[in-house]
Amino acid sequence: MNVEWFSRIRRHPAAFKLGMILIAAALAILPFALAAVGTTWVRILNLAILFTLLSLGLNIVVGFAGLLDLGYIAFYGVGAYTYALLASPQFDVHLPFWAILPLGAAVACLFGVLLGAPTLKLRGDYLAIVTLGFGEIVRIFFNNLSYPVNITNGPQGISRIDPIRIGGLSFNTSDTLLGIDFSGPIKYYYLLILVLLAVIVINVRLEDSRIGRAWQAIREDEIAAGAMGINTTHVKLLAFAMGASFGGIAGGLFAAIQGFVSPESFAWIESIMVLSMVVLGGMGNIWGVIVGALLLSFVPEFLRYTVDPLQRALIGRVVIEPEVIRMLLFGLALVLMMLFRPAGLWPSKVRRRELAE
Amino acid sequence: MSALLEARNIYKRFGGLEALSDVTLAIGEREIYGLIGPNGAGKTTFFNVLTGFYGADSGEFRFAGAPLVARSPHHVAKAGIARTFQNIRLFGNMTALENVMVGRHLRTHAGVIGAVLRGAGTRREERAIHERARRLLEYFGLTAHANDLAHNLPYGDQRRLEIARALATDPRLLALDEPAAGMNATETAALRGLLERIRADGTTILLIEHDVKLVMGLCDRVAVLDYGRKIAEGAPAAVQRDNAVIEAYLGGALA
Repeated sequence: MNVEWFSRIRRHPAAFKLGMILIAAALAILPFALAAVGTTWVRILNLAILFTLLSLGLNIVVGFAGLLDLGYIAFYGVGAYTYALLASPQFDVHLPFWAILPLGAAVACLFGVLLGAPTLKLRGDYLAIVTLGFGEIVRIFFNNLSYPVNITNGPQGISRIDPIRIGGLSFNTSDTLLGIDFSGPIKYYYLLILVLLAVIVINVRLEDSRIGRAWQAIREDEIAAGAMGINTTHVKLLAFAMGASFGGIAGGLFAAIQGFVSPESFAWIESIMVLSMVVLGGMGNIWGVIVGALLLSFVPEFLRYTVDPLQRALIGRVVIEPEVIRMLLFGLALVLMMLFRPAGLWPSKVRRRELAE
Repeated sequence: MSALLEARNIYKRFGGLEALSDVTLAIGEREIYGLIGPNGAGKTTFFNVLTGFYGADSGEFRFAGAPLVARSPHHVAKAGIARTFQNIRLFGNMTALENVMVGRHLRTHAGVIGAVLRGAGTRREERAIHERARRLLEYFGLTAHANDLAHNLPYGDQRRLEIARALATDPRLLALDEPAAGMNATETAALRGLLERIRADGTTILLIEHDVKLVMGLCDRVAVLDYGRKIAEGAPAAVQRDNAVIEAYLGGALA
């Protein structure tokens, strides 16, 4: 985190407060502005926030602790399926969300430790390959745990998942408050923003803490970290567990918002997507990661809605499918990044702490 | 003299190579003890066995009166032995200050919950870590570099930062693997003063070093290793005249 400008602004309490109020107001109005364009965009925004949550979780594992995880989406899946199984007609269990979300985080955390424990000795490419396999194994389980006992309902997935309800307030229907119409996605947006803020605070605090420094030490030099008395086993497992927990929470929210989960949402390409967000933004820098996640979530959607009309207007027919151009631009972006900004768009800066506290 | 560290009959083999063979030595409290020998004599292997990076094939270490069970490096650090490395191993992309702060990990407690809630206890601990790290940087004359990334520091400063980081773990024994390697005469002289000061402050020092002048001037006693065996031990001046030592360094007399 770039503490320099942050502390500089902090020294002017009035300016700091004003800035915070402006940001809060912008965040509050944002979904209504998007809804004016189309409710779809609010849904896209919600999905972008979910991916930001995932990126922040993965950033702990990859950015802070330096453990390359290519199967991160598995934890998202575990969280989503935990929610789906405990709040749907599948087993006719309907637990409230405040019970399942922490449970989903806990189950994902357990899977994080399950993945972490056998891979402690692995590093770099080898760790990447094992985690890639782990991600696929989890997805294949989702796909096949429908026989002999139907748990996950196989490739059809689980549908009619309960939306989040707080008291009488259901998040999937519209409500009118003070003459303003709050649609389902807009309500979910506010919930997601609150979760995102909490996750950002947790990340910022973890980074600048005893544990955060231990993670960074392991990333820099595991042997030296051990010699300095850091229990590398413990600290690495902690990174996996923390990252997985955030993935689990994001997964639970995803299941509730979509009302439907199926194995194909948790394919390896999604892991790569989340990793790309972390790398594009700037590994290890929380703000960079957020920028990367939002950018990679929105640009493809933006293309989806512009490539077709643009081609029709220019040459009268669709020559290149939006999906193709998306991947093309993706590849181009990655190559350009490696050439010009290998550390990410907003790389983690040298943190200059103030001399006097 | 009560021994702070005792090594008893340490053996370590790598395949057919006997890297350490029946090494026995004792280092007294507040002593500066030198470990010298030709290249490949087993000095660094001795360090690695002592600090838990390798297990010894046989033999045992006793530290501060208790057996030192070297299950892993962090247990050894916790027992009170801190080390530096022959090829500097700093946390390159962390600042000098952060490097030393990592050294405090062992003697502090805040976990994930503490870090997230940031209660009064955690804040107090963070302040103490910060303050201690600053004092150590000052002790080593590195205050000006506090916020520089470790890999950007000049070579001599990196060597000293590594010692500062080791001292942050509150060791009773500081094990230095060639601290003067690559230093010029002025820097070596300053290092000597620094090590004497550290000893005066109550820390015992075990030193691997090739700089003969430094070893002879600084160490109370030295042991000489050759092909994994201890061939001499004693006051520097006596060891310097020892025939076995001269033979190990210069080769045997012509037949």
